[in-house]
Amino acid sequence: MGWLLDTLRNARRIERAKPWPRFEVDADMWSRLAAATGAGDADMLSLWSDGEAVHLAMMNRTAREIAIASFTPVDRRFPSVAAHHAPAQRLERMIHDIYGFAADNSPDERPWLDHGRWGLRWPGGTPEAVPSAWQSYKFLEAGGAPLHQIPVGPVHAGIIEPGHFRFSANGETVVRLEERLGYVHKGVEQLMRRKSIDACVAIAGRISGDSTVAYALAFALAVEAAIGVEAPKRAQALRGIMGELERLANHFGDVGAICNDASFSLIQAHCHILRERVLRASQACFGHRLMMDRIRPGGVAADMAADGEAILTALVGEIRPAFDHIRTVYDSVNSLQDRRVRTGLLSRNLAEQFACGGYVGRASGRAFDARQWPGYAPYDRSLKPVGRTAGDVDARVWVRMDEILASMAMIERLVADLPSGEIRHEIAVAVDCEGSALVESFRGDVFARVRLAADGNVTHAHLRDPSWFQWPLLEAAIEGNIVADFPLCNKSFNCSYSGHDL
Amino acid sequence: MRNLLLQGLLKRPLTEAPPSHVDAEIDALGARLADLARRKLGRSISIREVDAGSCNGCELEIHALNNAFYDVERFGLRFVASPRHADLLMVTGPVTHNMREALERTYAATPAPKLVVAIGDCGSNCGVFAGSYACAGPVSSVIPVDLEIPGCPPTPRDMLEGLCRLVEIVSR
Ligand code: SF4
Repeated sequence: MGWLLDTLRNARRIERAKPWPRFEVDADMWSRLAAATGAGDADMLSLWSDGEAVHLAMMNRTAREIAIASFTPVDRRFPSVAAHHAPAQRLERMIHDIYGFAADNSPDERPWLDHGRWGLRWPGGTPEAVPSAWQSYKFLEAGGAPLHQIPVGPVHAGIIEPGHFRFSANGETVVRLEERLGYVHKGVEQLMRRKSIDACVAIAGRISGDSTVAYALAFALAVEAAIGVEAPKRAQALRGIMGELERLANHFGDVGAICNDASFSLIQAHCHILRERVLRASQACFGHRLMMDRIRPGGVAADMAADGEAILTALVGEIRPAFDHIRTVYDSVNSLQDRRVRTGLLSRNLAEQFACGGYVGRASGRAFDARQWPGYAPYDRSLKPVGRTAGDVDARVWVRMDEILASMAMIERLVADLPSGEIRHEIAVAVDCEGSALVESFRGDVFARVRLAADGNVTHAHLRDPSWFQWPLLEAAIEGNIVADFPLCNKSFNCSYSGHDL
Repeated sequence: MRNLLLQGLLKRPLTEAPPSHVDAEIDALGARLADLARRKLGRSISIREVDAGSCNGCELEIHALNNAFYDVERFGLRFVASPRHADLLMVTGPVTHNMREALERTYAATPAPKLVVAIGDCGSNCGVFAGSYACAGPVSSVIPVDLEIPGCPPTPRDMLEGLCRLVEIVSR
């Protein structure tokens, strides 16, 4: 037993929480855990509310333990986690905006997702009508004579999601970037309340459309954990294939887009051909280009097409040599190297502090991949987080290029060993239950926690996008870079707006 | 590097080889669209994409319109960076309350003919997000919409077909 479970050994354990234990804690214990997390003894997996309590999920990687602590706010207040642990700031602001629970001694009390436009406040708590009005937002100050501000967004120049960036620059150099997000807040947590599991998995698969497979899987695994069932072996393998196809498609698209932002559009043209090939193979095998609505709690919605194995084998056979070429070009073009090396540096310390997942974390030396540990089928523990760790744009691209190779190999293996048999178990909920899961999307780990009522409906679902712990680091990575390199840095992170805005 | 460039010169474009069924159809669709646009509108079409609350799924497929398989620029469809340069707005997502004003302002900045296409199930009826406190409604509840292209997300082909229909409708 590690320190985390040891610390919690006398707290009241909620038996229904699966697979990781959940404990009810008092204010003292809550703050102790927050301080330990802030000191780096644990990674914060998420911090959320369901309208009744606030929950803090922690992961101690040294002793391989995960636990959730729950605190019931008193007079709608709870001790701030962010006071000890900066990565909790935006999550606490979100909790206040949606559920009306305020963090005591919070270092930042500005609203986050609530822009004053909903016509009500605390939609997840006891909603109160308030007039919808323009709210001024106080950006942090960066003072001094030569500094000027550049406001960008919410509508950007490209075909991308909306968000606002406020740059304070000294000539060309960025002194501070502050993000303001929440523009695509769609209220997904409240939409999932008291809806059927089927309706909710459809919503979960649309929290961030580029990661629809990973989100649906996270939701499904959480439900399966709650009920205590496992998907059949064939379904697990199919889920794995879909997950890796999704990773390939996104990595190809983004590697191309990053090179394009470094003014090297040739690679983009070629990468986007590979992306399209993956999407077409996904359509042919699973009936949807992005594979939306294919994963369901209990298994998968439909089997792979009869000629799926041949299609996927042909796909890998086609894209592998083409991608080898792209890697070679990427490695050899000087102009590209000049733009990407030592641009947008992210330190390992920050990546560790924020428990920053995915290629952003790995490229800065935080070797974590949820497929390896805590792990889930069909992945085995032998999987190694890959790649370079220099923390710049270049390293992030290399990590993704190495992951492309790994994903192609995984697809081949999964296809070759595809078990036969059933693809879905029926899901039956008989009692109030709850489950959590951690799934590695192409962008990083998605944490899901689902609570189910005895009638089979979802009481509350929380899905934490990896971007929550990557967006703040983009602010750090851009510091000292030139404004013109922002698109490049931004794309090398490629955080989700929709996934973060909920 | 040199090899790749040479290959680009020597290889036939993807849109012709492989001459699969779908690609032939897309060529025909695109050619019809280009022809219609030129005859009816007297020019090619500049498009400004606005994400008014999407899950990003629709954006991915709009992006695909530019890849070598569809390559819609060859039909005169160009994605531009500012609404001031646009003939047409492609709007995705249920319009969130937090994006409503930005969408209205983008629309105001767009010159005539100010065409609007609502993309995806979300654009036409809010999709799975219908009924949320955070959504203002479908695109048509915020700005006038000329055509809706359903789908979740609509495929690049659906979008090309839709744009053909749009040009036919507005030129009537
Ligand atoms: S229509 Fe579908 S893909 Fe498009 S924004 Fe809505 S949920 Fe996402």
